[in-house]
Amino acid sequence: MEGVPLLRVEGLCLGLAGGPFLLKSVSFHLQVGEILGLVGESGCGKSLTGLSCLGLFPPGVIPLEGRVLFRDQDLLSLSTEERRRFRGRHLALIFQEPLSALNPVFTIGYQIEEVLLEHRGLRGKAAREETLRLLAEVRLPDPEVRYRNYPHELSGGMRQRAMIAMALAGEPEVLVADEPTTALDVTVQAQILELFKELRARRHLAFLFISHDLSVIQEVADRVAVMYAGEIVEEASREALFEEPLHPYTRGLLAAFPRLGVRRLEALPGQVPSPGRWPVGCRFAPRCPERKERCVKEHPELREVNPGRKVRCFRR
Amino acid sequence: MSMLVLREVEKSYGLRSFWGQGARLSVLRELSLELRKNEILGLVGESGCGKSTLARLALALEKPDRGEFYFLGRPYWRLSRQERRRLRPALQAVFQDPAASLNPRKRVEDLVTEPLKLLGVPRQEAREQAVEMLSLVGLEKELLPRFPHQLSGGQRQRVALARALITRPRVVVLDEPTSALDVSVQAQILELLLELQRRFSMSYLFISHDLPVVLYLSQRVAVMYLGEIVEEAPREVFLAGGRLHPYTEALLAAVPGKERPRRPLWGEPPSLLRRPSGCVFHPRCPEARDPCKEERPKLREIAPGHRVACHRR
Repeated sequence: MEGVPLLRVEGLCLGLAGGPFLLKSVSFHLQVGEILGLVGESGCGKSLTGLSCLGLFPPGVIPLEGRVLFRDQDLLSLSTEERRRFRGRHLALIFQEPLSALNPVFTIGYQIEEVLLEHRGLRGKAAREETLRLLAEVRLPDPEVRYRNYPHELSGGMRQRAMIAMALAGEPEVLVADEPTTALDVTVQAQILELFKELRARRHLAFLFISHDLSVIQEVADRVAVMYAGEIVEEASREALFEEPLHPYTRGLLAAFPRLGVRRLEALPGQVPSPGRWPVGCRFAPRCPERKERCVKEHPELREVNPGRKVRCFRR
Repeated sequence: MSMLVLREVEKSYGLRSFWGQGARLSVLRELSLELRKNEILGLVGESGCGKSTLARLALALEKPDRGEFYFLGRPYWRLSRQERRRLRPALQAVFQDPAASLNPRKRVEDLVTEPLKLLGVPRQEAREQAVEMLSLVGLEKELLPRFPHQLSGGQRQRVALARALITRPRVVVLDEPTSALDVSVQAQILELLLELQRRFSMSYLFISHDLPVVLYLSQRVAVMYLGEIVEEAPREVFLAGGRLHPYTEALLAAVPGKERPRRPLWGEPPSLLRRPSGCVFHPRCPEARDPCKEERPKLREIAPGHRVACHRR
């Protein structure tokens, strides 16, 4: 899957206006048809990173440095209106709670047709047919019925499917999926994960798949980036990351994660520092079992130790 | 010895409708469960299966419509109010969201000592016990004057635990106690729960939707589906790879992780309002046959300690 990346984030720094940094020099790329998992604990900046890829920033959060390139277009240099048109058509977002993406007073069909009109100029019968096709593609049972349903009439899993159909309506090439299965029951989660794999295979969709759940990431991702305190601390292929994690934080996370049948968990002491309280040296140093003097004083760079394998640690 | 027994309990709620009395929603049906001494019993199920209702019955917050609830060998709801009050401190709870279960206007000290005050323990003594309890759950006594919002999620859950344990309960009902926590903090709390259970020889009823976590912590596990227990067995049985209830097999297969041949379970749990006839799982069961549609399977023991409600096992 080599070639020119579809999406490149380069040295992205975000901060609060007049406040601390929230993201520091975040760089990664995404190839066509690839699933990149972005994993980390709450407050590490993974959701902000996901939103940035769509040129979206929560109120008060401003991009300070860096570029978000889709093909060769820097999203951050576009006007708000241009960004809006870009979204949906090239990149789309799905998140944890479909009820916040779906408008409660319109039917599922109406909301998908709105996207079809906006991004593909489809209306009338063509729009309706395409909507039904999309609903069938995401395996929503009884598309004809669901087309006329309001969001509250669907179960959690069906709503998530409807939101995915809406995200697909503009035929995007990249889906940013932020904890898309976290609110679902495990049996429904398994169905939705299967659907993502299908969509990737059929549409060559690329995913930035954000999750706190290591086992979900292990199941779907081709490559994984691990975030800690506003920066990427490790990047590797799925196999390499889960078989031989390099960064002490990644190791700690894996040892603390309750897998099926695990006999002993090793708790990582302490907690993630909040923005503004990041240590000067390595941000993981206060919790790191391998900490040396240098780690407390100097901030390590993200180094490529093998092709495609990056780690931010002096000790590797 | 049994610490807590639910025997064939039933619980339903009246649904109010626009026209007045609505249908009755039967949440638990002839459900039996026994928590033994020094045991951690896990209870796993998906949303809407009735596990929180079961927690409320096990905590004696609600009375079952039918069936018996025994606590420390005594028929709880047939005791006098005074006797019930005497038993209460031995039964405590920790819930998922400490931000919601801890009064935001009270300081840590008051939150932790409150159960003792209700028992009439003098203030100074309660404070000393609180300091000791905080150190047992891994918190510094400097946190005593803080309010819940000044604590991290993990610290709040430790405070909730200190508050639950300060009366030295015999049984603690843990309802999704780590579901709102980050992975690294979850592991800390799970370790702490195990350590405290051994130290104080308590019994836990550990309720969660997360099968790997339940199997990690518990010695025995009960699987719930639509208000019924469909399977109950020692932890090892679930990990041994043998035949289990088809729903349990589907739950295990749905645990994400490695690529594996999977038969994703079709459909979603039906609502309690439309409880299927016969076996509650039959509409989604890949092995369902005619009898499954008509006859409700009873929990039967198929191996020592392994009980399953399925016509096909």
